[in-house]
Amino acid sequence: MRAAGVILAVSAALALQTTLARFLVRGAITVDLVLVVVVYVALSAGPTTGLLTGAFAGLVQDALSSNIIGIGGLSKTIVGFLAGIIGTQFIVTQPLPRFVVFFGGTVLHAVVFMGLYMLLDLRQFGSPYGAVTGQATANAVVGVVAFQLVELLPGAVERRRAAKTRLRR
Amino acid sequence: MTLLDIRQRSGYLFLAVILGHVLLISAQVNSARGVPVLEAVTFGIFSEVQRTLSGGLSGIQNVWSGYIGLRHVKAENDELKRQLAAAQVTGQEQRALADRARGFAALLELRQHVKLSTAAAEIIGGAASADFLTLTIDKGTRDGLRPDMAVIAPAGVVGRIVVPSARSAKVQLLTDRNAAAGAIVERTRAQGVVVGAGEDRLQMEYVSEVADVVAGDVVVTSGIEGVYPKGFVIGRVETVEKSGTAYKRITVRPAVDFSSLEEALVVLTPTPAKEAGQGVQE
Repeated sequence: MRAAGVILAVSAALALQTTLARFLVRGAITVDLVLVVVVYVALSAGPTTGLLTGAFAGLVQDALSSNIIGIGGLSKTIVGFLAGIIGTQFIVTQPLPRFVVFFGGTVLHAVVFMGLYMLLDLRQFGSPYGAVTGQATANAVVGVVAFQLVELLPGAVERRRAAKTRLRR
Repeated sequence: MTLLDIRQRSGYLFLAVILGHVLLISAQVNSARGVPVLEAVTFGIFSEVQRTLSGGLSGIQNVWSGYIGLRHVKAENDELKRQLAAAQVTGQEQRALADRARGFAALLELRQHVKLSTAAAEIIGGAASADFLTLTIDKGTRDGLRPDMAVIAPAGVVGRIVVPSARSAKVQLLTDRNAAAGAIVERTRAQGVVVGAGEDRLQMEYVSEVADVVAGDVVVTSGIEGVYPKGFVIGRVETVEKSGTAYKRITVRPAVDFSSLEEALVVLTPTPAKEAGQGVQE
């Protein structure tokens, strides 16, 4: 059941990432929705689910792009595993720790991803510090918002039902 | 339960997934040599396995070969010893042949030097009795040898032919008691007769008491007896004594070492004295 939800989330993120990419690009700042989903799942479900989600999402993302298949998967596997470890070892329920985890996960993903490409002499990235920082910030914001929405959404529905019930009385 | 196990072993799973990704990436990326990294790494690892296996097999083969080889070592060792002995014998034969060749070469040089018609002969036997100092050579009447022909060596006079047969001849050494040769002291031209003493020394007789002869003088043949060519070395004066008569007592050390003689030359050309004698007889 959880696997189906993970697959659905990753698919939705990919769909949004691919169809709404032009709306997500704002100068040098981009958002990696797939990575956000991976970190989110890892923080929610632990390292095993996190690394499997990262591997699956990264491979699919690599397959859909023109990259070497496996580099994105490897990067997201590492991020998913470490995020899962952090989620199980530390209390990551407040927006700031979540922000840090999303931010750090994105930076780590960029380091591994770009490092592998440069190590294999397949691509040069110049000075990506600004782009990585912007993406990490954007991912962290999106991730924290996603967490808040998911956590607030069930309560809001109940509160709306409760309010309707009080009005009827 | 299985899912729980997987969760508990997330570290192993993580490593497995990472390894899978590395393999996947390696399969797509070419190395600097243009070969996919996965193929290069796989081949490298497999080649090391092959090297290890090959080394192990070679070691086993060497041990086995050594064990099997030990069974044949003794027979092979015996065979090698036999071959070594044969080679040593052959080496000695070759060395002997080389010495003989050097001897013949020296004889040939002498032969060209003296401008005499000679026949090279090899010593094939010694004296049958110690009282008669003779040698046997491998040339005879078939080779033109006749009695009283002189026999010489590179170092000096050897003797004369006394009994020739068809294929061999007996040579009387100059040291024999019955041998004699006309002689001259080379330095002073003092004349005399060298006779054998039956030992390893010669006596020079009939040398005037007033003749100038000292130890170390070279004594050569005079050719007066008609056997030996003139001017060939007989030996060196060893001692000079006054005998109280009109002649000196002179001991001569032969120039030729008869004990180590292996080859000699027989002078076929008649000496002038012999030719003169033959002319008188005719």
